[in-house]
Amino acid sequence: MIVVIGEQRGGKLNRATWEAVAAAQSLGDTVKVIVLGGGADAAAREIAAAEVTEVAVVDAPALADYTADGYVAALASLIEQQAPSLVVFPHTYQTRDFVPALATRLGRALVTDVTAINRAEGRTVYSRPVFQGKLSAEVEALGPTPHLVTLQIGAFRADAAKRGASAASVTAATVSVDAGAVRQKPEAPFQEARQAVDLSQAERIVAVGRGIKGQEHLKIAEDLAKALGAELAASRPICDAGWLPMDRQIGSSGQTVAPKLYVALGISGAIQHLVGMKGSRTIVAINKDPEAPIFEIADYGIAGDLFEIVPALIAELNK
Amino acid sequence: MKIAVCIKQVVTREWQLRVNEAKTWIRDQDASFELNEPDAYALEEALRLKEKHTGEVVVVSAGPTRVSQVIREALARGADRAIHIESDTLATADAVPVADAIASAIRDETFDLVLTGLQSDDQGFGQVGVILAAKLGMPHATIIMEVQAKDSSLRVKRELEGGWFQWMTLPMPALLTIQSGINQLRYATLKGIMAAKKKEIRKVTPSPSADSTQRILNVHFPQKAKQTQMVSGSPAEASRELVKHLREDARVIS
Repeated sequence: MIVVIGEQRGGKLNRATWEAVAAAQSLGDTVKVIVLGGGADAAAREIAAAEVTEVAVVDAPALADYTADGYVAALASLIEQQAPSLVVFPHTYQTRDFVPALATRLGRALVTDVTAINRAEGRTVYSRPVFQGKLSAEVEALGPTPHLVTLQIGAFRADAAKRGASAASVTAATVSVDAGAVRQKPEAPFQEARQAVDLSQAERIVAVGRGIKGQEHLKIAEDLAKALGAELAASRPICDAGWLPMDRQIGSSGQTVAPKLYVALGISGAIQHLVGMKGSRTIVAINKDPEAPIFEIADYGIAGDLFEIVPALIAELNK
Repeated sequence: MKIAVCIKQVVTREWQLRVNEAKTWIRDQDASFELNEPDAYALEEALRLKEKHTGEVVVVSAGPTRVSQVIREALARGADRAIHIESDTLATADAVPVADAIASAIRDETFDLVLTGLQSDDQGFGQVGVILAAKLGMPHATIIMEVQAKDSSLRVKRELEGGWFQWMTLPMPALLTIQSGINQLRYATLKGIMAAKKKEIRKVTPSPSADSTQRILNVHFPQKAKQTQMVSGSPAEASRELVKHLREDARVIS
């Protein structure tokens, strides 16, 4: 049996849970889902539509709001009870916060950010990105099972998850978590400021990355955006440096977009950026490094100096 | 406030990656190296906390002799002293042996706060900090964008996905993993570089550490998800062709 740990907030199931179920189903073992926290019941009923043996709901006062200590305590005892062959999580900011501690508590291997799983002759091989996605590594988990894996968002297709003929049973699992032992005291989540720019509505986007080198060079990106009728956006390092405001950021910590045209200028294509834009219809990448991962998802690519190419491109568009 | 900052030396972003003959890692003999970027933000945050609350900042790094480059740089930026866990194997080990070696090296120093970067630019496990907290018995919080310290507790701003954040309070001693962009980095001054030469670097040989939990079978350049049409020629020629494709084939501009 493979256990999938679902993720939810306030009863809303994180879509990546479906991706994790799809990945688990593809391994040919039975799948059971566990959902934790306040409101888990509503999320459990949604994922119960998948072809799984059972969805267990774990709700205790100490789990009402997510904390690393609470989730580690609850899941360590549940996983020990269930003795699955593998435990699968989506690779979210939440699982990044607690799963390494859970693996340590259980004394089990954890493979993070997995993009593919291959099982052959009793051997399981995981693919994961290294060097910011410039290389892919095939790795084997060592030591006693169950191993723990977190799956990169978007690496497995949610719509590939098999649905059951009828809803799976939703059961309440009891686990005692001592609220006094939870050391983190969380406050309510909030959004920093209302996003001034809704990039998700833009038809065309010109995004800049480290390759732009300095704030003083943003002008050529702005000019290209103007010539294309596009919004200007950026990868995280540009916003970190304060060259563009945070609400222009595309990627896992910023906005997710899928415009008709996405032009990436000097963006290498770290996965944190790609998850925010890979749904774009047509992707153009201009980068001096021909091996940059951005070219793996681009429809059109120019390997060259953006400071030479962009002015020529603006001139061509304005002809 | 006594603060440890765990830093890692990684190959520079600009270095053209080459895979070794066994295809198990990169051929880094001729690579250039730099401080892992999220760790630079962790160091900066430690220096700012020290400036505000007084105390000491100690940098800790595991790896071969070459790691002294980033240790010197951290000392030049203002760290007070360093611990170098000298090991050829830890530079490419998985998160468990690395966290285990760091825990052994710093456990007796009773730090109030331990900072790491969110993840490394090379292996990208995102695990060492959290495992280290577990091994030291400290509470932790990850992907931190602001740190407020008061008496013996911390109030920290965690980044969630999609522009959401959350404040969280936890008691010290604690471990935080720091997100890039939390602050503006300072660079070493000439005075700092000179002062660094006199600062202590304690070398530690790791005792037999925890077993590895994963093994790399091979590394390779990823397969393309899409058939990318590369447009070549002079800037003017490439631009003409690209615009033609965008107008006539993709039809995304008029």
